[in-house]
Amino acid sequence: MVKDKTQKILSGSFNILGGDFSNSGIASTELKSILSKIGIDGKKLRRASIATFEAEMNVIIYANAGTLRYEVDGRELKITVQDMGPGIEDINLAMTEGYSTAPEWVREMGWGAGMGLPNMKKNADELKINSVVGEGTTVELVINLS
Amino acid sequence: MTLKDIIDTLKAEVIVDCNNISRTIKCACATDLMSEVLYYSISNAILITGLVRSHAVRTADVAEIDAVIFTKSKKPDSETIEFARNKGISIVVTPLSTFAACGMLYEKGLRCCPEEEMKEKSGKG
Repeated sequence: MVKDKTQKILSGSFNILGGDFSNSGIASTELKSILSKIGIDGKKLRRASIATFEAEMNVIIYANAGTLRYEVDGRELKITVQDMGPGIEDINLAMTEGYSTAPEWVREMGWGAGMGLPNMKKNADELKINSVVGEGTTVELVINLS
Repeated sequence: MTLKDIIDTLKAEVIVDCNNISRTIKCACATDLMSEVLYYSISNAILITGLVRSHAVRTADVAEIDAVIFTKSKKPDSETIEFARNKGISIVVTPLSTFAACGMLYEKGLRCCPEEEMKEKSGKG
């Protein structure tokens, strides 16, 4: 438990390794367990889990590595996923359902359907994406808890 | 229909029994694309898939699915079984293809899960 002047209830982070499909979803399911234990509402928990899972998978599919950070206070759950990946050239295009740049071998594994960012947007109350081509992408998701 | 009804209809083998086979199942999602699983509003549901990988069950956990039906007699590895057991997700294996399994369940009245309804999402119209 972490407490500071902004009354942060809980925070932590996970490292995500790019290409590590054997451990795909582990960070998200671990976070889901953590949030469930502190009593996050079922529907909000589900939305947070889905958005987080998609963000985690984007790191695994496209980046070399990334970090998933979470912060919970009385008002909101904030999840920040930052990666060292290729970046997104056209974020609006990437938000289009079905649009994907994933290679064929990723699709054969059941990923790369082009639903990741749309699923994040559907499930988060706020979604911010910052990306620099050749450097990486930062996704910030907020679920309102109040 | 209950999960037991589904198991009987599909002539399936129970690999992981999480004591929920008497639970009523309201809908099904049939796909090998994991993001599709997350797209639908899924409670009291099953996932029917030919993708016998651990991340299919992790996706089922995130989507809060009650049971995963693997088709064409494909059985999961021990890691997947252990994860499912820990998360309370039953795993069932049917010899039928995904198409046949869906058809038989549709005949028995099981329908597709609806798309996610976001009415309860705060601040969104």
